[in-house]
Amino acid sequence: MAADALSRVFSALADPTRRDMVARLTLADATVNELAEPYDVTVQAVSKHLKVLEDAGLVSRSRQAQRRPVHLEAEVFDLMTKWIERYRRQAEERYRRLDDVLRSMPGTVEPTPPIPSNKPIQTGKPR
Amino acid sequence: MTITSTRETEIVPDPTVPLIRITREFDAPPEKIFRAHTDPELVVQWLGPRDLTMTIDHYDCRTGGSYRYLHSRDGEEYGFNGCFHEVRPAELIVQTFTFEGFPDGVALEKLVFEDLGNGRTRLVATSLCDSFEERDAMIASGMETGIVEGYQRLDELLAG
Repeated sequence: MAADALSRVFSALADPTRRDMVARLTLADATVNELAEPYDVTVQAVSKHLKVLEDAGLVSRSRQAQRRPVHLEAEVFDLMTKWIERYRRQAEERYRRLDDVLRSMPGTVEPTPPIPSNKPIQTGKPR
Repeated sequence: MTITSTRETEIVPDPTVPLIRITREFDAPPEKIFRAHTDPELVVQWLGPRDLTMTIDHYDCRTGGSYRYLHSRDGEEYGFNGCFHEVRPAELIVQTFTFEGFPDGVALEKLVFEDLGNGRTRLVATSLCDSFEERDAMIASGMETGIVEGYQRLDELLAG
């Protein structure tokens, strides 16, 4: 299902080695050996990482004999990045509003939560 | 995946459990930020999305208390509610979160106020959802196109 697919992409990208591999594949296709080079791990370990990325639909491997370069499915990667970035931006906007609220507050505040009132409170109509 | 810019909000979807971690630093001491999370008169000023009207039905941010608020636009209302499980001034808020459109679902939210000294605070907010699907739906719900369209687009990409 789609939601599972999304989860697979998220977890595939959650690993720092795989994230690094993806970052390098944004520059150019590479073989497993080329991808393994900078890491202190076996080619087998890199192949395992690639399998995870492949299952998530993030990379594909051509059937070209011998070389079989790994290719980044940039559209899938971009979509994920956009989803997370948009969510992040919403959180950032929210916290910028909180920054403003904090600036408008007096220097010292009561440390305990206030006793709540039962009246509904609405945006733009504070107090 | 971590997306960071200087001091801006950082988001990390956890790979092993359906959790999102949101981290942000503030130029204010923990007491103030805590107050802005517990006083409904202040909460209403920042919590809701800008393009929606937020109405707080009740907001009793004390251990054992509860809350309910609505986001509305053009006559459409979206309700949210939950309980405050543990509230410790300027330190910690543990609460549940339910979208009333899907009342069986509940996320467990934890807000930790870390005192950085010099009047600064790091706020670490984690949401633990029922499933990876719900967690990811929460992230994807931010898309303008909406979750369904977003998933359709993903399906197309993965099928292609």
